Amino acid sequence: MTRPISKTVNVPVADGDGERYTLKMGPQHPATHGVLRVDLELDGETIIKCSPQVGYLHRGFDKIAENRTYAQSLILTDRLDYIAAMANNVGYCVAVEKLLGISVPLRAKYIRTIVCEMSRIASHLLWLATHALDIGAMTVFLYCFREREVMLDLFEELCGARLTFSYPRIGGVRQDVTRSFIDVLQQFVAEFPVHIGEYETLIDTNRIWLKRTVGIGVLSAAEALELGLTGACLRGSGVDYDIRKHRPYDAYDLVDFEVPLSNDGDIYARYRCRMEELHQSARIIQQCIDQLPPGPIISEDAPDLVMPLQGQRKVEAGSSTYGTGLIRLLEEHGQYPVGDIYVSTEVPKGELGFYFISDGSGRPYRMHVRSPSFIHIGALPALAEGSMIADLIANIGTLDVVLGECDR
Amino acid sequence: MNISLLGIVGYLVGIAALVGLNAVILVWLERKVAGHMQFRLGPMEVGPHGILQTLADGIKLVSKQLVIPDEADKPLFLLAPIVSLVPIFAAMVPLPFSETVQAWELNIGLLLIIALGLLNTLGILLAGWGSNNKYALLGGARAVAQILAYKIPLLICVMTIIMMTGSFSLRDIAIAQKDTWNVLYQPILFIVYIITVTLETNRSPFDFSEAESELVAGFHTEYSGMGFSLFFLAEYSYMFIAAGLATVLFLGGWHGPWLPGVAWTLIKIYSIIFLMMWFRWTFPRVRIDQMLSFGWKILLPLSLINFIITAGVLAL
Amino acid sequence: MEAMYIPKEYLAILILLIFGVLFGVVTLYVGRFFRLSRPYHEKLIAYESGNDPTEAPRMRFSIKFYLIAILFVVFDVESIYLYPWAVTYDRLGLFALVEMFIFIFLLLAGYVYAWKKEVLQWEK
Repeated sequence: MTRPISKTVNVPVADGDGERYTLKMGPQHPATHGVLRVDLELDGETIIKCSPQVGYLHRGFDKIAENRTYAQSLILTDRLDYIAAMANNVGYCVAVEKLLGISVPLRAKYIRTIVCEMSRIASHLLWLATHALDIGAMTVFLYCFREREVMLDLFEELCGARLTFSYPRIGGVRQDVTRSFIDVLQQFVAEFPVHIGEYETLIDTNRIWLKRTVGIGVLSAAEALELGLTGACLRGSGVDYDIRKHRPYDAYDLVDFEVPLSNDGDIYARYRCRMEELHQSARIIQQCIDQLPPGPIISEDAPDLVMPLQGQRKVEAGSSTYGTGLIRLLEEHGQYPVGDIYVSTEVPKGELGFYFISDGSGRPYRMHVRSPSFIHIGALPALAEGSMIADLIANIGTLDVVLGECDR
Repeated sequence: MNISLLGIVGYLVGIAALVGLNAVILVWLERKVAGHMQFRLGPMEVGPHGILQTLADGIKLVSKQLVIPDEADKPLFLLAPIVSLVPIFAAMVPLPFSETVQAWELNIGLLLIIALGLLNTLGILLAGWGSNNKYALLGGARAVAQILAYKIPLLICVMTIIMMTGSFSLRDIAIAQKDTWNVLYQPILFIVYIITVTLETNRSPFDFSEAESELVAGFHTEYSGMGFSLFFLAEYSYMFIAAGLATVLFLGGWHGPWLPGVAWTLIKIYSIIFLMMWFRWTFPRVRIDQMLSFGWKILLPLSLINFIITAGVLAL
Repeated sequence: MEAMYIPKEYLAILILLIFGVLFGVVTLYVGRFFRLSRPYHEKLIAYESGNDPTEAPRMRFSIKFYLIAILFVVFDVESIYLYPWAVTYDRLGLFALVEMFIFIFLLLAGYVYAWKKEVLQWEK
């Protein structure tokens, strides 16, 4: 049904039955997870058009990396997804190792798997905390932070940092785990399923939570693939794709775990997937602790920025700015490998890929980061258009974006 | 009853003290309840167990700048918190705290409280309109939607109790429950009432008009300092009044063994307030359209059917 | 002095309403002596998540619940009709009860009609 539209100077043009108006949500908004800005075109409270604006946190990370050696760029990856910096570090190291052809000792692989899963737990806990907070359940927020605190304390014990770790190294890890670290982690992993149950008592079968999540933000498997979603967002739509399982790196092929799937493709399905992943992460950590073999924690070939171990790998002052491992690497190969490579790992948010073009100079000619958050934000219009403002907030939450990673 | 100047001043001071003290206690209680529900301690620094924290915050709020945006409609902007605040003093009047302790016995006390309760929404709407801010305006529109959802079930709830007692006077209603509390006769109605007053007082899970994760702060986005604190003084006083009404309507007013009547009334009022705080720190927020259909498709039929059954049973 | 009827109990309400206004005005005003006032342009523009406001915020927008609002007025008025009956319920007897049931039934019929017409929800 159409009706004549009377135009006046100040009133926005009427469209159909309602007047549309625009509302800018973010960057200074409590629920846009950092500095995401969403330009909304609204009809009442219904979203007609939604366009996410990113880039408030752009630091030119890909470009900075071109002027640094591979080892120097490691610290940049902390600043990608700062919620799960450890997983980014590992992802970067795995990529560079593949480029340089460095093999990692088994113990280091296990330790890296442990810290990866720890950061997955930390990241998922923060996701659950903020997602629930956005939907209005504030108590879940503090429940989650209680356990996340344990994770951060453990990270602090491991490497002295709580946010930007730079703990893994190209070719291994920086320091070995301590006895007390393993003990605390073991205890945590044993108790953690109980804590997951505590979060679930608050929201899992809560009628309001179900009303807000079931059937909201539905994506079919085909749509999710088309949008390039990865991680729990894709698995919530029923696509069985997990890099840990399908292209295993580190110790993932040595441990037994399941990839949780759901076919509903709504916010609740993605919530359930991530909650199951928490269980699986605890399981992986437990297996890694049980299987943790003795041995070196860093490859002999590793480039610089490695703490020299007692009695080994002494670097004489002034001999080289690079360190022994790299000198040997260069002696054997003549130069760095030339070519390009794309290596991706499963970080808590989804598939984090690093693409390098190496010209043999020791610095990447070009580096590109495929960050899951950036691609996931692209799915926001598909999820949110036609729904209400309150659903937009739930949809931003369910995509689990971190703007540091999105804007790079 | 003589209307002496001294008496009036006494009443004013008494009611103002009640409003002020209640807000101080409730803000503190809210933070303590939230803290302990979330494995925290809540305020601990100012005074024993942080009891003076609210006073400290009050002093801070008085000394904060009152920012009035350029675009705002200044008279409306300043009027809004006052409109919210005005009825709370008058609405305290008919609440009986015991057989003898009551500010003023009114034969239409119940209607008066319900009518005055509506002014809060007017204040919110004025704030939304006056601050000339999109988030605030959306919050104001949501507050209006909220009335549509709760007002009729609330009216029917109250009407059922009136039918059982035959009086609008809160005192009479409380006296009628000397032997059996109404909540035992009307458990469903009690639940409906608690939900509707949660809606009326803008409390989570129905805090749409502020909904901090959606509308930043909703209707009080542009308010700072005293403007902001007046809204919250009003909100906490409404909580007290709503809980007081629940006490009188359903929980037998001041009736209870051993303790004096005033103590019982306060215990019941603060228990209901605690319940409302418990809601806030447990439940996620409902979506505004879900609330509207919830009010019309569940609360209204439930209260209406309950009303019809009560009328039928009373007739037999 | 029968001609001079003063409804004392309502006078109390009036006094308290005036007191409420005074309380609000005074608390808003009295802070002037304690608080700073340092306005500048950026502080005084309307908040829109850190952006400059895009259009006049006092825009018209469609509230999606106007049909419910109309229905609300109907129900509100009708429930007011029920009040006098409810308060004198025990004195009016069976006749009034039956009449009221008919009244409520009519109300319910309209309600069911509205429900079936899908008026009772937020328009998408």
